[in-house]
Amino acid sequence: MNKIPNRQAICETLMAHAKADRDIIALCSDSRGSASMTPFFNEFPDQSVEVGIAEQNLVSIAAGMAHVGKKPFCFSPACFLSTRSYEQAKVDVAYSNTNVKLIGISGGISYGELGMSHHSAQDIAAMSAIPNMRVYLPSDRFQTAKLIESLLQDEKPAYVRVGRNPVEDIYSESDTPFEMDKATVHKYEANGNKKVVLVACGEMVRPALDAAQLLKDKDISVTVLDMYCLKPFDEKGLINAVENADLVVSIEEHAPFGGLGSMVASVVAANRPTKVIQLALPDDHVITGKSKDVFNYYGLNAEGIVNAVCNID
Amino acid sequence: MNNKELAIKALDLRKVVVDMIMKSGGGHIGGDFSVMETLVTLYFDQMNISPENKDDLNRDYFIMSKGHSVESYYAVLADKGFFDTKELVDTFSQFGSKFIGHPNNEIDGIEMNSGSLGHGLPVSVGIALACKKDNRKSRVYTVMGDGELAEGSVWEGFMAAGHFGLGNLCAVVDRNHLQISGTTEEVMTHENLKSQVRSFGWNVIEANGNSIEAMHDAFEAAKTVTDKPTCIIANTIKGFGGGEVMENKASWHHHVPNEEEYEMIIKAIDERKEAIVNE
Repeated sequence: MNKIPNRQAICETLMAHAKADRDIIALCSDSRGSASMTPFFNEFPDQSVEVGIAEQNLVSIAAGMAHVGKKPFCFSPACFLSTRSYEQAKVDVAYSNTNVKLIGISGGISYGELGMSHHSAQDIAAMSAIPNMRVYLPSDRFQTAKLIESLLQDEKPAYVRVGRNPVEDIYSESDTPFEMDKATVHKYEANGNKKVVLVACGEMVRPALDAAQLLKDKDISVTVLDMYCLKPFDEKGLINAVENADLVVSIEEHAPFGGLGSMVASVVAANRPTKVIQLALPDDHVITGKSKDVFNYYGLNAEGIVNAVCNID
Repeated sequence: MNNKELAIKALDLRKVVVDMIMKSGGGHIGGDFSVMETLVTLYFDQMNISPENKDDLNRDYFIMSKGHSVESYYAVLADKGFFDTKELVDTFSQFGSKFIGHPNNEIDGIEMNSGSLGHGLPVSVGIALACKKDNRKSRVYTVMGDGELAEGSVWEGFMAAGHFGLGNLCAVVDRNHLQISGTTEEVMTHENLKSQVRSFGWNVIEANGNSIEAMHDAFEAAKTVTDKPTCIIANTIKGFGGGEVMENKASWHHHVPNEEEYEMIIKAIDERKEAIVNE
């Protein structure tokens, strides 16, 4: 089992570039430990900024630094970064078009035991609604590293959400297919006639792949889309995958409004009308527990996905 | 330009502001008039900024935090040569215009977008911090309204600037004592503003914000303090220069003059100009 969380992969990727590119700046809001950014702060103190517990200041200061040529990466729990500093993300980053990368750590229900204040089940909806803001939820540490490498190459705003806990590897050091803003496709071909498309992002990709294997064993062909790019959304990839499909299932660690499921449903309805089932967190207080237990409770696991597919006929 | 010429320029630019507001049918005229001497002193006396060096890394930076005073800001930038004054007056706030009713950095000379209050100081902290890290000569200026100081993010900015010892940062508070609902003291008091800001690690200077000479002296004094940021509390009169009809009246925070009021404002401006010429 992998022990490296995606946040650590971000730190390692930035550290690999920070010596050669002195404009890379990491900013934290008393969050360097939970962001796994302590090694970066220790090795690159001149490229590190601590603003204290002040998320609004975090984002505005980053925007100001970006305006004069720096490449700031802001780290803060996704729950605060996507709501407390929402207006700063909208005005100082997206509207002013500053090269700020917002890294929402411990996203979704990573802090499952800590209550709704610490959950970010609305960040996809909130951030996606801002013009000129891109939104990414990478699935594993290897894809996270590829994404950060790619984001280092551009000068546009982006929001990235990663979870707190390590997730089981999907890709590997030598095999991480990645094209910026294109979903990664995983095919599970079976002999039966039924064809299902599973669209997942972030931590939900792993259970989607596990479900695909179980469904294949039931003679159902499955295409899994690792839709790490929520915005710009890979519409073409989804439309291609849905061709001749009987059913589309979206799986996300997010509220049922304005997230992956809403995007999937609107694209499918407009282009290849097919039944869409949305698996998401409820529009309610999420039950207390460790994230894995909470996922299991709401059927956001391989079994839940298989049940959703098999109970539709 | 000497102080007298700059004082006359500040009065002339008020006429541009009135024309913009009359033509577009909207604008924050009271704050435009109170902040004008601050902007004129910065752009024509203090700052190393012009259309020719607007991309120079060592230029000085200005962030208009009280973005609703955009009419005065646009008028100053046009006079500085960033764009054409006639185009500005003809198209301000009109359908499809680039001259939006708040600062927009797609326009030459404007560094960052603003409009939501409480953003300019934290953004300026970021600019000043980056310039300090790179040992640039740039100075960073921002202007806030006094009503704006009720925004919590302003105090996050004050705190960080003091903490980082940003001697290259100068924030001006346009202290006209009025906001849209009444006096700042009625709405949310700032009676102890000087000591409040000083307690955040700032050098604080009070000055007559409607005097070019006083603002010049304040900005020069700010430059001598290099280990901490400076806040200039610019004591102003809302609507200053527009005469009795609009001076010191909260109702003129956002107001379009009628023809009669327009004539009274222009007359007041001309009388003040004449007095300066005859000094």
